[in-house]
Amino acid sequence: MTSIPSGSPNSSDSAFNPAELSPGGSAWQELLPPMTAHEASVEANRCLYCYDAPCLHACPTHIDIPTFIRKIGTGNLRGSARTILEANFLGGTCARVCPVQELCEGACVLGADHKPIQIGRLQRYAVDHVQERGLQMFVPGMPTGKKVAVVGSGPAGISAAAELAKQGHAVTLLEKRELAGGLSTYGIISLREPIEVAQREVEAVQALGVDVQTGHELTGAAELDILLNEHDAVFLALGLGAVPAMGIPGEEHVLDGLEFIERAKLNPASLQPGQKAVVIGAGNTAIDAATMARRAGADVNMVYRRTEREMTAYRHEYEFALHEGIHFTFLTQPIEVLSKGGKVTGVKCVNMALGAPDASGRARPEPVKGSEFVIECDTVIKAIGQEKPALAQVLGLELEGGYIKVNEDLQTSLPRVWAGGDGVRVRGSASTVMAVQDGKIAAASIGAALEKEVSHG
Amino acid sequence: MADLSINFAGIRAPNPFWLASAPPTNSGLQINRAFEHGWGGAVWKTIGAPVLNISNRYGGLSIGGQRLLAINNVELISDRPLEVNLREIAEVKRMWPDRAVIVSAMVDADPQAWRDIVMMIEDTGADGIELNYGCPQGMSERGMGAAVGQVPEMCELNTHWVTSVTKLPVIVKLTPNITHIIEPAHAGIAGGAHALSLINTINSIMKVDLDSFQITPNIGGRGTHGGYAGPAVKPIALNMLTELMTDPGVLRSGVPICGMGGIVTWRDAAEFMLLGATAVQVCTAAMHYGYRIVEDMIDGLSNWMDDKGFATIYDFAGKSLPQVSTFGQLDLSYQAVARINPDKCIQCNLCYVACNDTAHQCIDLYSPDGIRVDPGFDPRMNGRQVADSRPTPVVREPDCVGCALCANVCPVDNCIEMVSVPSGRESVTWDQLTAARPAVTQSWAAMEAYREEAGIEIH
Repeated sequence: MTSIPSGSPNSSDSAFNPAELSPGGSAWQELLPPMTAHEASVEANRCLYCYDAPCLHACPTHIDIPTFIRKIGTGNLRGSARTILEANFLGGTCARVCPVQELCEGACVLGADHKPIQIGRLQRYAVDHVQERGLQMFVPGMPTGKKVAVVGSGPAGISAAAELAKQGHAVTLLEKRELAGGLSTYGIISLREPIEVAQREVEAVQALGVDVQTGHELTGAAELDILLNEHDAVFLALGLGAVPAMGIPGEEHVLDGLEFIERAKLNPASLQPGQKAVVIGAGNTAIDAATMARRAGADVNMVYRRTEREMTAYRHEYEFALHEGIHFTFLTQPIEVLSKGGKVTGVKCVNMALGAPDASGRARPEPVKGSEFVIECDTVIKAIGQEKPALAQVLGLELEGGYIKVNEDLQTSLPRVWAGGDGVRVRGSASTVMAVQDGKIAAASIGAALEKEVSHG
Repeated sequence: MADLSINFAGIRAPNPFWLASAPPTNSGLQINRAFEHGWGGAVWKTIGAPVLNISNRYGGLSIGGQRLLAINNVELISDRPLEVNLREIAEVKRMWPDRAVIVSAMVDADPQAWRDIVMMIEDTGADGIELNYGCPQGMSERGMGAAVGQVPEMCELNTHWVTSVTKLPVIVKLTPNITHIIEPAHAGIAGGAHALSLINTINSIMKVDLDSFQITPNIGGRGTHGGYAGPAVKPIALNMLTELMTDPGVLRSGVPICGMGGIVTWRDAAEFMLLGATAVQVCTAAMHYGYRIVEDMIDGLSNWMDDKGFATIYDFAGKSLPQVSTFGQLDLSYQAVARINPDKCIQCNLCYVACNDTAHQCIDLYSPDGIRVDPGFDPRMNGRQVADSRPTPVVREPDCVGCALCANVCPVDNCIEMVSVPSGRESVTWDQLTAARPAVTQSWAAMEAYREEAGIEIH
């Protein structure tokens, strides 16, 4: 087990063991170690193999969990991985990043009296078994002669591309960044998912014949028209934008939480969070950013304008952060970032009080007059959500609450254009596994539409 | 505090837990240690004819990660020099006068050979002799072990050769690798045996390695059948014990029976005793966990006896035998149905699939608002809250035949109970019915007529 360095938030003794801190050191490695063969066997055999199991229902991609676990128990690891990946092409990522407590494991019948089965870790065990060996579980379908473009290579894009390739369509997967994989590659801290895992999934989709083109950004409507001319259908898996501006003085000194996580993942040595960091926000991304700052040696204080009850981070993430020694300051709103000579010296904040519920149903925080105070710090990171997909409007797509409007089959307002992933997540919370399911739904819908075209043509 | 002491065919022991003749009783050093842990007796690993052992000797049965649910061995009788064994037996008996020290023996089927070994055993001061008629491999090919146990005439003759020359109690250990356990039992008794013990190990091939295609245990690329023992054989042993304890010939002889086969805990031992055993022998469990297991065996049995008000082993030995019956004496009108306790049910629905696929299709699923539903799910729903709307299995009692499969697959203790319900029919056994109406055994039409008359509906 990776040791989790302890440290109280306000003590000066927050330095970790340097060996752990060096890039690749244990402070950066996956929190949960891989299961040993014996552990996996014991855990798999603990599974009751429920009929019509609640874990399967609870999984947004409806992986046949009892079946894949039974296959681990019988030593059929390839079959187990196939069962997983058939339902969820990004089973390796989901095994690591899914909030299993809220999904499969939260629904496990053993949860009430015992410990639920460690479904996530078992899934990781089976998928890693094949992906570490470069084994491919699927082959491309018989060529249909149809071409589909998928824009964005995050979980929704890879999932859709894989399913479309299995149907036999020629798929081009466009990615604006240098590496494919989207948030799996850039936005999930290495403590949860090492970059190799995301890259193996990219390799798997390439092995299905998908043409992955990185460094290719979709910038406007004209380009979408070109794509539509060259392809029979387009799936937009654009994700969301940057962390929005807070509109406070000194904001230019604030680090973007997602960028911070990206640096922590790709180049941990460059991470210099200073001695005292303030993280603004209390969602799961904020906790990830805070975790990395903490692991890099900083005292971390998370500042949130509401209370513990309203924070959007999962309960288990919050508890994890507390365990990491991260400090929380609730009912506090930053109003100015203070600096001296270009260096941050603190965050000026105001205390908040909860008022009547707002549109989100949560109590609206209101500033308490005259309660301004300063939190001294040398680093400020904001993780207060992501901007809605700006590109959607440029492309001429109808929107709903700022997100791309889609129907049940994830069709957009434009003919032959489907969309999925975080960019369509007007309701419910955005997550990798929901994005994967979107990819499946869109691929099924696209496949059905293209087949219709064939039979009518 | 219960008195666990026994007098088994004249062999006295402070408790009924003996180590069986096997690797745990291979040497004086070991048996000394076992006695220090509290074992009431030990049957010394079989001495007799000269042998050579091989390696590997064991194969284990694991199911679902549980080790040694059974073990198979191809080990032979003691390969230590005879005089070393005899010297150590004498030393152990001298050091532990209150414990039962029994010597298992196996020699060629020859009266002189038996006479020689018996004299040597008597000289050690041991309390009794057990005749090993069970060894299923290695010795049987040489006309010993199971080769004697499987031929009643040989069994009687060999036993006679021993009992006619010794004053020590003689226990005949029976092999289960036969069709009718009664025949060798009768033969042993006819040969003068003072007691019987059973079961020895069962012929078995443990497993086949799916990579090398070798059978286990693999002895330099070859394998052979061995003797199967451990928890998995207990029901077979209980049945053979019951056959003996309900046989008029055995009962008339009055010989006590020492039970063995899969005894791991005091609970297992108590079951053997309820079916008539007055001493038990243990091997596999000790090989799995060491001699220390006897502490709970003594403690647990004693506490259970106190709870039940049994002062001695003899107060409950055989207490379950009156329940033993033939199929023809069972009440055909007895009706039980399964009832699922919804407060205990964790909704794994294993009972549902077991009943639906392999029993009588009489469990339905009901949603929390009381509507009968089919299995399945809405693919657009997800999240842990799906568990809140999960259906609960409910038995459709009029259709339940009371097979008890569901109660056996249910992972929750006491969640599914088999409840006796009035069938509305008069008690009748198969023997009574067929005596009164012999035609029902021959003709489906006659059977249908009887069913209609009795109100028996089968669907």
